[in-house]
Amino acid sequence: MNRLSWFNTVSLTLGFAFLYIPMIILVVYSFNASKLVTVWAGFSTRWYGELLRDRAFLNAAWVTLKVAVASSTLATVLGTMAAYVMVRGGRFRGRTLFSGMIYAPLVMPEVITGLSLLLLFIGIGLDRGVLTIVLAHTTFSMCYVSVVVSSRLATFDLSLEEAALDLGCSRAEAFRLVTLPIIAPAVISGWLLAFTLSLDDLVIASFTSGPSATTLPIKIFSAVRLGVSPEINALSTIMIAIVTVGVIAASLISKRNLVRQRRDELAAVRG
Amino acid sequence: MQTSSFEPWNDPDARPLIRFRNVTKRFGSFTAIDNLSLDIYEREFFALLGPSGCGKTTMMRMLAGFEDPTEGRIELAGQDIAGIPPNRRAVNMMFQSYALFPHLSVWDNIAFGLRRDRKPKEEVAARVEEMLRLTRLENFAHRKPHQISGGQRQRVALARSLAKAPKLLLLDEPMGALDAKLRQQTQFELMDIQEKTGTTFVIVTHDQEEAMTVASRIAVMDEGRLIQVATPDRIYEEPESVYVADFIGEVNLFEGRVTPEGEGRFRVDWAEGQPPLVAASARSFAPGQACFLAIRPEKVAISAERPADADNAVQGRIHDIAYLGNLSIYHVQLPSGQIVKAQTSNTRRIARRSFTWEDTVWLSWTATAGVLLAD
Repeated sequence: MNRLSWFNTVSLTLGFAFLYIPMIILVVYSFNASKLVTVWAGFSTRWYGELLRDRAFLNAAWVTLKVAVASSTLATVLGTMAAYVMVRGGRFRGRTLFSGMIYAPLVMPEVITGLSLLLLFIGIGLDRGVLTIVLAHTTFSMCYVSVVVSSRLATFDLSLEEAALDLGCSRAEAFRLVTLPIIAPAVISGWLLAFTLSLDDLVIASFTSGPSATTLPIKIFSAVRLGVSPEINALSTIMIAIVTVGVIAASLISKRNLVRQRRDELAAVRG
Repeated sequence: MQTSSFEPWNDPDARPLIRFRNVTKRFGSFTAIDNLSLDIYEREFFALLGPSGCGKTTMMRMLAGFEDPTEGRIELAGQDIAGIPPNRRAVNMMFQSYALFPHLSVWDNIAFGLRRDRKPKEEVAARVEEMLRLTRLENFAHRKPHQISGGQRQRVALARSLAKAPKLLLLDEPMGALDAKLRQQTQFELMDIQEKTGTTFVIVTHDQEEAMTVASRIAVMDEGRLIQVATPDRIYEEPESVYVADFIGEVNLFEGRVTPEGEGRFRVDWAEGQPPLVAASARSFAPGQACFLAIRPEKVAISAERPADADNAVQGRIHDIAYLGNLSIYHVQLPSGQIVKAQTSNTRRIARRSFTWEDTVWLSWTATAGVLLAD
């Protein structure tokens, strides 16, 4: 192990402090016994208990979970299909345009995405609720899935699919029995990414949610307007935990896959 | 030799298993296969040999069903196979990269094709065990592809492609990823397996030694065309063109003009002030026709004095000696500047070798040793 130099230690500390001190304060205060957020009155898990008895928060949590599962699943299916066509479709007319357009939502301001979706839903007369949030989240998280999956497909040995066809598979069977199991880690990490993106989202959800369905970020945001309560701190801590687990799981899965792929390639080179 | 009796290509009644009839394949403006006709017979071990880009892999991919010919017909057992997808063909392929499924064990890789045919479980198991025995992989059945060596992986690929007992097995550079020693051993195993199973093998290779070793017949290809199709010995001893003579093994080429001298003997005038060379040929040449005399290094004898009875003898100076252990190849420079290679077997120890660098020597060969080729 290399020892860090004085300069590197300082910049590392500063950088991480900048990133994590706000969150640490939030987590610490979520265990505050006092009702006043800024006054420390000893350790307590009281606000976590309060949270569990609050029907409005529980409802919002349930909506958020439903939206996250549904939209990430839909985004994974669509994103994988898009990635497959982009990588395997050959050079069809307009391919560059299409692949550019798939990635456009990555850089599109969320406000614009939210607004345009809102206009669409009003235009087609779709009542805002769980369904509209699911559709909206699918729209923007699909491109993330497609980026993850297409980078895996780009290094996929085409002769594996040809071998499956040669051994009697139809195209669909070849995809199900050979391609999908091999790219599964990328698909799963794409799903987890979409899931955490959906949990986090405030802007697009606030455009597309209705009175019947409120997600947690919206609930938190509107509650904070009336003053920060320790309950919110507890809720935010739980969300940080869930998102952290999701992101770490996604990166572990794709990293393990990368290591395995590299090991296989090395072994293949050695013959 | 038992194999000498297996010559269906000389039997006018034999029906070929595969027929290419005036097949052309274009990719955009590039012609990969150019109006090619070829018959391959059952139980043959047929090699498609040529440099990269000669169209040999395209031929194989058309047989497997991954490409369709632009023009012409390909018949398998008398049936036109154009438009039949790869999964409906009684043809299997062993891929250059092996294309083993990394998420399946050796056993499941071999069983993969059998399961697609909805065969009963016991039948699949029996066939897989048979294939494992054939390729000596019984002890590795439950390993994953990345847990076995390159040579073993190669055998898994072979077992998997043979498991469905195809009419025709295609092998794309099957030994490309193996080192030289393992490759030689594997070539003999492959021939053994081909004989045991009686399957027709078509192998694509750029390695001429490999083609010579395993094949019953070789098709030498270049730029989408067949240059010569013949048995290995005929390809080597009776090449029909300078391209084939030069592509297969080492050869010395003398460019000159030919004069018929009757009884199948020809005189070749090849350099100013040098005595003409003499060659025998069954083919006919017009007087004064431009030609090449091709002669293999092992058919050129090297000596200090001019041999009295030699049909052909030229004098030169030893320019280089390549010592290969079992053989030595002498590079002899003629007065014209041309380098001629002469090969000798090192039946004696090196200390008693008769020639060394800068020695003046005579090279000689008989009239029948060389092949006379039209330009």
